[in-house]
Amino acid sequence: MKTLTTKLFATVGLGTALLLGGCEMPPPESTQWGYRGTGMEGLYNPDTLNELDANNIVPEALPAVPAVGPKSKDVYQNVQVLGDLSVGEFTRLMAAITEWVSPEEGCNYCHVAGEGFAADTLYTKKVARVMIQMTQNANENWSQHVGGAGVTCYTCHRGKNVPEYVWNINPGHKVAGGMKNQMQNVSSVAAGLSSLPVDPFTPYLLDARNGRHAGTTALRDEGGVSLKESEWGYSLMMHFSSALGVNCTYCHNSRAFSRWEESSPQRVTAWHGIRMVREMNNDYVDPTTDWLPPHRLGKLGDAQKVNCETCHQGAYKPLLGANMIKDYPNLARLAQPEPEAPAEEASEIPEANDMADMATGGDQ
Amino acid sequence: MIEYQNIFTTVQVAAPDYAGVPVENTHDDRTGVLTHSYLMGKLGDAQIGPIYLGPLGVAALFTGTIAFLIIGLNMFASVNWDPIEFVRQLFWLALEPPGPQYGLSFPPLNDGGWWLIAGAFLTLSIMLWWWRTFALANNYGMGNQMAWAFAAAIWLYLVLGFIRPVLMGSWSEAVPFGIFPHLDWTAAFSLRYGNLFYNPFHMWSIFFLYGSAVLFAMHGATILATSRYGADREIDQITDRGTAAERGALFWRWTMGFNASMESIHKWAWWFGVLTCVTGGIGILLTGTVVENWYLWGMKHGLVPTYPMIGEAVVDPLLTEGAQ
Repeated sequence: MKTLTTKLFATVGLGTALLLGGCEMPPPESTQWGYRGTGMEGLYNPDTLNELDANNIVPEALPAVPAVGPKSKDVYQNVQVLGDLSVGEFTRLMAAITEWVSPEEGCNYCHVAGEGFAADTLYTKKVARVMIQMTQNANENWSQHVGGAGVTCYTCHRGKNVPEYVWNINPGHKVAGGMKNQMQNVSSVAAGLSSLPVDPFTPYLLDARNGRHAGTTALRDEGGVSLKESEWGYSLMMHFSSALGVNCTYCHNSRAFSRWEESSPQRVTAWHGIRMVREMNNDYVDPTTDWLPPHRLGKLGDAQKVNCETCHQGAYKPLLGANMIKDYPNLARLAQPEPEAPAEEASEIPEANDMADMATGGDQ
Repeated sequence: MIEYQNIFTTVQVAAPDYAGVPVENTHDDRTGVLTHSYLMGKLGDAQIGPIYLGPLGVAALFTGTIAFLIIGLNMFASVNWDPIEFVRQLFWLALEPPGPQYGLSFPPLNDGGWWLIAGAFLTLSIMLWWWRTFALANNYGMGNQMAWAFAAAIWLYLVLGFIRPVLMGSWSEAVPFGIFPHLDWTAAFSLRYGNLFYNPFHMWSIFFLYGSAVLFAMHGATILATSRYGADREIDQITDRGTAAERGALFWRWTMGFNASMESIHKWAWWFGVLTCVTGGIGILLTGTVVENWYLWGMKHGLVPTYPMIGEAVVDPLLTEGAQ
C-alpha cells in the first residue's frame, strides 16, 4: 500500500510537472483593446514588462537654453542643416547627440581633433547630417505615425554608434549550385523564426510592393493575388509583431485580418509607419551608400536600413511612448526660418512645401 | 477472471508463432521475421510479423521512396549540402511548388519542377498503397471499408495538391512539402482567402474531426467498462445481444436518452472519420475557385455576428489619404 501511494505521488508529481512545464510564472497581465469576445487583448509576463521598462529609460534632458543670440550659421562654418539654431541651442544639441550616439568616442566620433569642427572629413559627420534631416522630416511630416512622442536620435541609437536593430538586403542563405534560392523555408529571423520569407523588408520597406493579399469580394475574383504573395506579407507582419512586442490583435480582429472596419486605430498608425520607413530608407539611407565605408555596408553593398524594430525595440511605442522631442524642439521640424516654434505645434504648421526639397532628400 | 484489455493491458496476448491464413490469389506468401515482443504485447498483439508486401506493396514503397528522396535531396541542396544545417533546419526546409508565373506549365526543375515530379511519385505511391488495401481485403474475404476510408483521405490530399491547383490554373496554389512550411502555408491560405472558419465545409470537417475523437473515447470507454460482461465479443453482440451490450446501451440511454447499438457505433465512427476528409476536401475545393473571401461570404449570408468597436471608427487610409 505504501509503495502504491509513493508511486501514485511520484506519477502525479511528474504528470503535473509535465503539464505545467510550458506555463510561465508569474501569471501574465492582460490588457484588453477590443470588444469582449474578439480576443483583442495583449498578454504580458510581468518579468518581460520589467525588462522592457529597464530597456526603455529615457536619459535626462540637458538644461534648456534660450533660442536667442547669434545663429550658429553666422558663427560656425559649414553648418548646413542646423544653421538657424542659436549658438547655445546648437551646442546643446551637439552635446545631446554625443550622449545619444557616441558617448564613448565623444566629439571625435564625427570631428577630427585639431582639424576644426567645420570639416566633413569623417563619413560619420555626413551621416549625422542626413540622420538629423531624417529625424526632422519624421517629426514634421509623419505625425500620423510619430505624433505625440516624436523621435530623436536616442529613439533608435540608445547610446550606440549604429542602432542595434538595422537591416540589409538579404542575399538569402547559400544553396547548392544549380538550385534556385526560394528566399524562404529556412529559419527566418525576420519572421519570428518561422519558415516564412527571410527578407520581407526589401519588398515592403524599400520597394513599394502591394501588401494587400486577402480577397476583396465574397465570390471568385480573377484578379486576386497569388497565395504565395500572402506568405511575404505574413512574414512582414511577424516582424511587426516581434518588433513591437505585441500580438496580431493589437491591430487586427483576427476573424477578419484585412477588414479596416474591424481593426484598431493602431493599424492606421502602422500603415503610415510603413510609408514613413520606406521614405527613410529610400530618401535618406540609400543616398549614403555611395560614400559609406565598406564595413558599414551589407553583403550586397547596401547601407544599413530602418525597420520597425530600429525604433520600437520590442516596445509597442518606442521608449514606451516617452516624449523626448519636447525637450529638443530643434529636431521637431526641418530647417526653418523661425527656430523658436514650440514643438507641440510643429507638425501642424503648414510650411512643409518650402521644405519639399529637403523632405525628398534632393538637396542636402 | 482475466480481463481482456489491449491498452494498458494486464494481459499479454502472447501465443505460439502463427503465420496467418494462406494468402489467396497471389504467388507470394508472407515474408520477414516472426518474433514476439513483450513491450508490443503491452499495446497490442505480442507477435511481430510476418508481413505480406506483394507487387503492389513493393511498387508503392519504391515510388514512395523516390518521392521521399526527391524531397529530401532538394531540402539538402537548399542548404548547400551542409549536413549540420540540414539537421538543424530540417523542420524549416521544404520543396516549394512553382511560382505563379508558371501557371500549370512544367517549370524548370530547380524552380518547382522537382516539386511536380515528387508530387507525381508520391501520388502514385499512395494510389498503389490504396490498391493494395483494396486487394488485400479482397484476398481475405473482407469488406472494403478500409479502402474507402483511405480513399476519403486521398480525396483531401488530391484536392490540396492537384484538383484545386488545376482549377485555379496554377501549381503555385498547392502545398509545399515541408514540416513548418506546410503549416505556414495553411495559415497563409486562411489569411489569403478570408478566414476558413467561415467556410461551412470547414465547420463540418471540424465537427466530424472533433466528433471522431469524442466517439472514439465514448466507444472505447464503453467497451472497456463492460468487457467483464463479454463486451470484447462486441461483434457477436450485434445480433446476439448479451448483458454487456445491454449495460452499455442502458448507460448511454440513461445518460443522454439515446444509445448507439453494437453495430451502429462502428458505422458512426467510420462515417465520422470519412466525412472529416470528404467535407474538408469540399471546403478546400471551393476556396478561391468559387469563394474568394470566406469572411465576406459569411457576412453576405448572415453568418457573421457584429461586435461594437471600441474607440474611434477605423477607415482604410488608402481611401482617406489617397493612394501612396
